[in-house]
Order: sequence, then C-alpha cells, then structure tokens
Amino acid sequence: MLRNFRTERLVALVLVAPFLAVYLLAFVYPTVQMFRISFTDAPLIGAGRWVGLDNYLRLDNDPIFRRAVWNTAYFVLMTVVPGTLIALLIALGVSRLKGRFQALVLALFFLPYILPVSVVYLIWDWTLNFQFGIAMHVLDWLGIPRVPVFKSRVWFLPAVAGVTIWWTAGFSILLFLAGLRSIPAEIYEAAALDSSTRWTTFRRITWPLLWPITSLVFTIQLILQLKIFDQVYLFSIGGRPNDNMVLVYYVFQKAFQQNQGGRAAAVAVTLFVLVVVVSVLQFQLLRFAERRRR
Amino acid sequence: MNVMAAQRWDFRGGIITALTLVWAILWAFPLYWGVISSLKPDSEVVRPYIELWPETPTLENYISALTTTQIGAWYINSVAVAVGVTAITIFISMLCGYAISQLRFPGRTALWWLILASFMVPISALIINHFVLVANLGLINSWAGIMLPQLIHPVIVIVYKQFFDQVPKDFREAAVMDNASEFGILFKIYMPMNWGVTTALSIVCFIWTWNAFLWPFLSVTRTEMMTITVGITQVNDAFGVYYARQLSAAVLAGLPVALAYLFFQRRVTEAITLSAGIKG
Repeated sequence: MLRNFRTERLVALVLVAPFLAVYLLAFVYPTVQMFRISFTDAPLIGAGRWVGLDNYLRLDNDPIFRRAVWNTAYFVLMTVVPGTLIALLIALGVSRLKGRFQALVLALFFLPYILPVSVVYLIWDWTLNFQFGIAMHVLDWLGIPRVPVFKSRVWFLPAVAGVTIWWTAGFSILLFLAGLRSIPAEIYEAAALDSSTRWTTFRRITWPLLWPITSLVFTIQLILQLKIFDQVYLFSIGGRPNDNMVLVYYVFQKAFQQNQGGRAAAVAVTLFVLVVVVSVLQFQLLRFAERRRR
Repeated sequence: MNVMAAQRWDFRGGIITALTLVWAILWAFPLYWGVISSLKPDSEVVRPYIELWPETPTLENYISALTTTQIGAWYINSVAVAVGVTAITIFISMLCGYAISQLRFPGRTALWWLILASFMVPISALIINHFVLVANLGLINSWAGIMLPQLIHPVIVIVYKQFFDQVPKDFREAAVMDNASEFGILFKIYMPMNWGVTTALSIVCFIWTWNAFLWPFLSVTRTEMMTITVGITQVNDAFGVYYARQLSAAVLAGLPVALAYLFFQRRVTEAITLSAGIKG
C-alpha cells in the first residue's frame, strides 16, 4: 500500500511536469516580472533603476493615459450592455426555429465569431469605405451625408464597438441558446394553459431562469472588452491612434514604440488590477444569482 | 410540424420568425459582400452602384494575392503554429487534468488554484514580459516564439478534469486489479472514453490560435515569418488601393477556420459552450 502511494506521486509528478513547466515559464514568471519592472525605469529590453511608485504617480498627470482609461470605459459601455441584449434577442429568435433550418440561421449569426480579427477588419473597412463602401450607398439613399467613419474622432469608437458586437455576438448567442434549451418545456406548457401572453411568459419565466446566463455573458464580455486592442489598432492604421487610445494600445505604444518597459508595465498592472476586480465581482454576482434562484 | 403545432401557429409568432430570418441575412451580408467583391475585377469593384453579383467573375485577385505576397509562407507559418499549439496544449492539459482528477499528490490544491487564478490574468497585459522572455531565449521570428505564450489555456485543463471526474470509478478499479499502469489507464481507458471532448477542444484551440493577432504581431518582424492573420494586415502598400486583392487575401485567411466550423459545427458549438460554462 505504501509503495502504491509513492508510485502514485511519482506518476503524478511526471504527468503534471510538462504543464507546470509551461505555466511557470510563460505565465508565472512573466506575471511576477510585470509587477517588478513596473517599479523601475527599465527600457523594453534590459535592466532599469528602482523608481518606486514613480511610474504610477506619473500616470495621474498623463493626458494620454487618461484618454486611454476614458476610451476603454466608453468602449466597454458601448459593447457590453448592447452586445448582451442583441445576443439575447437573436437567441430568442433563433430558439423558435427547428432542426436544420435553425442550424443554418445560427451559422449565419455565428460565422463572424470564427473569423480572425484582420479578416473582420478588412471586410468592414471595405463595407464602410468612404468612397466605395456599400454602407455609404445606403447613406446616400437615405439622404444622410457620408461619414469617413474610421477617420472621424466622434464615430471611430462607436463604429469599432458596432463591428465588435457583430464579431463577438455569436459566442453570447450560443450561451443564451444553451440556457434557453435547459428551461424545461413543461414550464412553458403550464404557462400556455394559463393562457399567459408572450410578454408575461418572457418576463415571469424566461428572463428569471436566464438570469445566471445573462450575468455570465455580461461579465465575460466585460472582461473581454476591457482588453480591447486588435480592432482599435487595425482601424487606426493611417489615422490618429492617440485619439483612439485604449489601455492595451497604450501598453503597446509605451513598450514597443517608445521603449519604456517600466512605464508600460505600470499601465499593464493597472489593467491587470481592473480585470481582477471585475472577475471577483463576477464571481460574487454569479453566486448571488445562484442563491436567489434557489 | 404536427397538427397541434400548426393550429397554434399564430400571426405574431410568424412575424418574429420572419424578422429573425431577415436579420440573419443582413447580419451575414458583409461577409457575402466581402467574398463577392473579391471575385470582381478592379473596374467593377469601384462602381458607384451596388452589384450583388459580379458581371464577369474572376479569380485574378486571388492569383495576384498568391503571387505578389508571401501568403504561401504565411499559410505554412499559421498551420505550423496552430497545429503545434493545439497538439502541445491538448497533450499537456490532458495529462495535467488527469493527474488532478484521479491522483492524490502534494501540491494538488495549489496547482488547481494556479490554474483558476490564470483565468483572471489578462494575457494581453503580459506582452512586455512575454517579449522580453522570448527575446532572451532568442526566439523572436521563430515558430517556437510565436507558440510559447499561446500555450496558456486553463480552460482546457478544467474541461478535461471535469470529464475525467465523471468517468465511473469502477473502470479504474477494474484496471488496477488487472495491474494496469497509470499511463495504461489514461491512454487505454480514459482517453478513448473522452475522444469527443478531445476533438471538440482541439478544433476550438486550433481556431483560437489561427485567429490570434496581438502576440504573433509583436513577436515577428520579418515578413516571411508572419502568420496569415498578421500578414494580410501588414501589406497594404503592396496592394495599393486594390481593395479586391485585399479582400481575396482576407478570404484566404478566413477560409480554413470557416471550413473547420462548417464541417464540425456541432463540435465547435459544444466546445465553446463547455469552455464558457466553467465557472471556476
């Protein structure tokens, strides 16, 4: 028996070792280093002097950092709530359909989620192209003057938010569909016997039972959108990145374009803290929703 | 549709279904428009009116995208990186998930917490230190360098652990009676029982890696080492204002993942629901 225990440990060690090695190298070590260099004035590559909280204190008076925080918050606001609601509406519509027909319609909504960001970028850059974009023809028909969407300070973030909702909705739709499927049909049958209206059925049955999924989708979106970079970077090409600055973009700019590793790390740590706070809130929210349901 | 359901079919329900359909078509329209534009000759692409079908369909844009850019090399890089990341991630995550699920060993709880904690860390915040690490290892502009930071997928370990947890204990006990080794139990019993999960996770891991942008973009400076996702955004100059060629390059970049999805639709949706349903 004792021998068995010892082999079990040895086997466990062998099984866990490759994973642990990757995690220590590519996850734990970089995370620790990120905190450490945020207290130094290191360049991107190489050592730096210890400067204490200096990098963090500087952020307070940094107009571009402020813009990055504001833009990130603005972007999150424009994507998370509307994105969740749109996905819920689509899921409700799709859940009414049956069989192959449902699979086909779901595929139409889901396909954008599967595509790489650069494909999404090229397609929308084309669709909203100022001169030849099909969306501009629509504006012409409606008699609205054309807008150079991605060169406009006012429309840039809302447009990128719209593209992002289009791109990522498929994921949320799937979760909502899974949630809708797990609601027992008997409950709806009982409601139909009580001749409850469509709206009452939704408000009294579907919505409360779907609440845990809604909060899950909401917080996954929140965490995802806080890390926005790719779309903003791509659509800013040839434009004014500083106006469209978001947090990850600022980390990229400081570290890779201005060679200030320490300053960039301080921004990264700020983002890190934001995401951790949101994750913890998510956990609490889900637990709360779970308890309320019982 | 049976008689009962047909009787209950109502006008407002029909409207909702019709709206959903119209919405779905509008939703997918930009994709259609991108593909259709890539099949038009330059002169047709820039016409001042909407043409839903190319007058003279042509593959000219595809040929020029394939011949004037290094798209072939990018394809090879993307395939190598995506296959490499998927194989390594699936393999090490399965071993680790099995150990956590079935074996008792010191540090098991700590390891579990490490995995759960890694959920919370925004990987994009680690770009600086990933770059320093990969540069110090001399791996900038290499497949290994593009792959290394992308091997962090805690979700996959967790999904495996949960599936291994669900395998009835009898199988294990019977195998232990037969003097099977732990590796035998894992590879001959647990893994075959969970082929479905492995397939599903492999496909989504492949799609995630193929689509990754930020890290491949940072870790590669030489054009011929780019992945296709990065490559097609970096060569605007090569194309000038030839929109149709850019779009054909986009179609080429999106095609493998779109096909993977269409072939394995059920597996993909299953894996995504699984990995999102994990609540820690």
